[in-house]
Amino acid sequence: MADKTIVITRFDPDKDQAPRKQEYKVPCEPDWKVLDAINFIKDELDGSVAHRWSCRMAVCGSCGMMVNGEPKLTCKTSINDYGDRVDIEPLANFPIVRDLVVDLDGFMHKFQSVKPWIIRAKEKAADPIAARAALHPVKGTYSQSADQLATFKQFSMCINCMLCYAACPVVANEPEFLGPAAIALGHRYNMDSRDEGQGERNEIFRGEGTVFSCSYANECSEVCPKNVDPAAAVNQAKFGAVIDWAKNLVLPRGGA
Amino acid sequence: MNVFRHDIVIVGGGGAGLRAAIEAAENHPNASIALVSKVYPMRSHTVSAEGGAAAVAREDDNLELHGFDTVKGSDFLGDQDCIVYFVEQAPKELALLENWGCPFSRNEDGSVATRAFGGMTTKRTWYAADKIGFHMLHALFQHSMRFPNIVRYDEYFVSKLLVDGGRCNGVAALDIRTGEYCTILGRAVILTTGGGGKIFPFTTNGTIKTADGMALAYRAGVPLKDMEFVQYHPTGLPGTGILITEATRGEGGYLKNNKGERFLVDYDYGVGKKAELGPRDMISRAIVQEIEAGRGFEGAYGAYVHLDLTHLGAEVINTKLPFVRELAKTYVGVDPITTPIPIRPVVHYMMGGVDTNIHGATTLPGLYAAGETACVSINGANRLGSNSLTECLVFGAAAARHAMSFSKDSAAPNEKALVAQCEEEAGRVANLRGRKKGGEKISAIRRELNNVMEACCGVYREQTSMQTGVIATAQLRGRVADLRLEDSSKVFNTELITAMELQNMVEVAETIAVSAAHRKESRGAHTCKDYKGRDDSNYLYHTMTHHDPAGPRLGKKDVVLGKWIPEERKY
Repeated sequence: MADKTIVITRFDPDKDQAPRKQEYKVPCEPDWKVLDAINFIKDELDGSVAHRWSCRMAVCGSCGMMVNGEPKLTCKTSINDYGDRVDIEPLANFPIVRDLVVDLDGFMHKFQSVKPWIIRAKEKAADPIAARAALHPVKGTYSQSADQLATFKQFSMCINCMLCYAACPVVANEPEFLGPAAIALGHRYNMDSRDEGQGERNEIFRGEGTVFSCSYANECSEVCPKNVDPAAAVNQAKFGAVIDWAKNLVLPRGGA
Repeated sequence: MNVFRHDIVIVGGGGAGLRAAIEAAENHPNASIALVSKVYPMRSHTVSAEGGAAAVAREDDNLELHGFDTVKGSDFLGDQDCIVYFVEQAPKELALLENWGCPFSRNEDGSVATRAFGGMTTKRTWYAADKIGFHMLHALFQHSMRFPNIVRYDEYFVSKLLVDGGRCNGVAALDIRTGEYCTILGRAVILTTGGGGKIFPFTTNGTIKTADGMALAYRAGVPLKDMEFVQYHPTGLPGTGILITEATRGEGGYLKNNKGERFLVDYDYGVGKKAELGPRDMISRAIVQEIEAGRGFEGAYGAYVHLDLTHLGAEVINTKLPFVRELAKTYVGVDPITTPIPIRPVVHYMMGGVDTNIHGATTLPGLYAAGETACVSINGANRLGSNSLTECLVFGAAAARHAMSFSKDSAAPNEKALVAQCEEEAGRVANLRGRKKGGEKISAIRRELNNVMEACCGVYREQTSMQTGVIATAQLRGRVADLRLEDSSKVFNTELITAMELQNMVEVAETIAVSAAHRKESRGAHTCKDYKGRDDSNYLYHTMTHHDPAGPRLGKKDVVLGKWIPEERKY
């Protein structure tokens, strides 16, 4: 067990003009994650600290924070990877709601804007339920090969922890930038063999503040705790959006 | 106070809640559906399910087999009409999930792949490597976004059901971000809030699993059913309780003792020839017995046994169980390709819950429930692995259909009366916020509750400790009304939420203890040292607990039998 000084950013909009720092002495066990130290503070030292967490197994995506200035999933990061003093702040590039809790409204809007669902051209004309019944005589599922699955699987692993937004230099300067996770998500559906919505999404990607705003700093992929590689998704999405645009020039309606 | 009006209100944004919302929104484009959750939907605990979701898919399988496996797994306490409906609906529901983009693993011919699971006769568990819950939740959430008539209330905590004239017509909800209460009205309400694993100290469940929906329904006069049946998953990581999926055994993993023996094979624990593919209740008992016989390993967090995957090889582990590898490396420092994983049984799932019929309807008109929060019951005394995600889909959709039809036929809510109830609730909670005059800390009471419940309702149970649990939980119910809180801020006051969650857990824990102490037999997950064997002549019924100021009042409900006659449960 090692005593560490954990420095937490505190901010209550009803009381504070600006965020301030508060220090806590925490006896950290050898196998603790950063989240365990924060939970110790919350349970034993100061019940007023506000943070989000749930699964503590690196899959719900709730507990992203800045740890010594870097975006980290706190349930996956060992506290003993750090020295005697650990600085914990809310995720960068987001408005603070309170303490370690940031405002996700902007992100949720971006997330929805890429149409993250399977789009079928035929469904527009026909009844979607009847169209589905015609898919497969027995089970109504699409056929998809392992190779087809592999083209998008990695991009479907995003847990929406938003570390990539906290790391992205473009988001820092241009808060409206669609950003890594949302682009990766749109691209994930574009690459899914079951989807026919590439045209709609590529139109979104050709808009302002989307894929072409990316400066390819690669910070997003470096901090991603799930190896989603959003930078690769953004790059592929740029290419897809350009090809689609070129096709539109040559062939009306993209040759469809 | 803000008042929001919808056709139906769904509380909980996990698998069951999202499925319900989609069902209602797709079939009723002009209806308005409120989806209220204390977390953003993608944080819901459905996200943590790993192994897969069950539905008949292969030529060598049929509905009859899935039905019988489920009935037998339930130790004949599951309702057979509900189970028949469940297995019939299951393939269609999973096909829809596939259509909506869930990245299921595939066979070589491009069809959806299935794997073996405990208690299932054949391969019928559809999977997405070892993250089915994550993919199912995200596919449902993303698909739900295409429906403009689903109105989300993210990070709103529901603390009371609003009931007037004998009908449930809305909820009192605290907007966590502002600290303000609002009234969310609907002509029907569906509870899909999950279970309450956090009642126990050692659980696979995330911190949000605090039995909220069960407590809401219970306080509104709806009975809870079969609460004594708490599932211990055989394989959790010591210390954290993090789930290591049953798919590890489905893919061929072994459980081994400190002599390196596959004890499920070498000693007669009655789990059958398939050994590691036995049902969860039996394997958890076998692990406890193996440890008590001195053949476990001693660790910092108590005794454990080994889950050995080393013979599966790197390729199988990396393609089919990559998340297991990530979890083992991150949380116990073990790479399963080369080293066995330490595991021990861990509280995972509550078979019991809000009493509903086959349509998800409760005894309170206008109130529905689905998923782990509900007890339909298809799981009886022991749930089979991979049935729960499918249950969320099948009964989430069913509850939505019936809630929508109920809402169309019912009169408009009495708004004035309901808002008055919500204002009263807001006043109660305002007094709890920052309540410095209180007696005890949240963490102290939670720790005590956890310890009481572990002693009361473990893998093996004893009459004396269950009786102690009954007395202790009743006492805790009094003490949890007098909490001491420090945070008087309105904005994102998580201490206040935690306090209300603890009150929910204590209330529900008491029903678990009372139900357990009353059932003097051993059935499924309820295994008593004092009463060996199942006693169908006296206990083939559902245990009902009704809310009463003096403590849970017990009742009975018949089990719906059918073509499968109760017999000795052997594997």
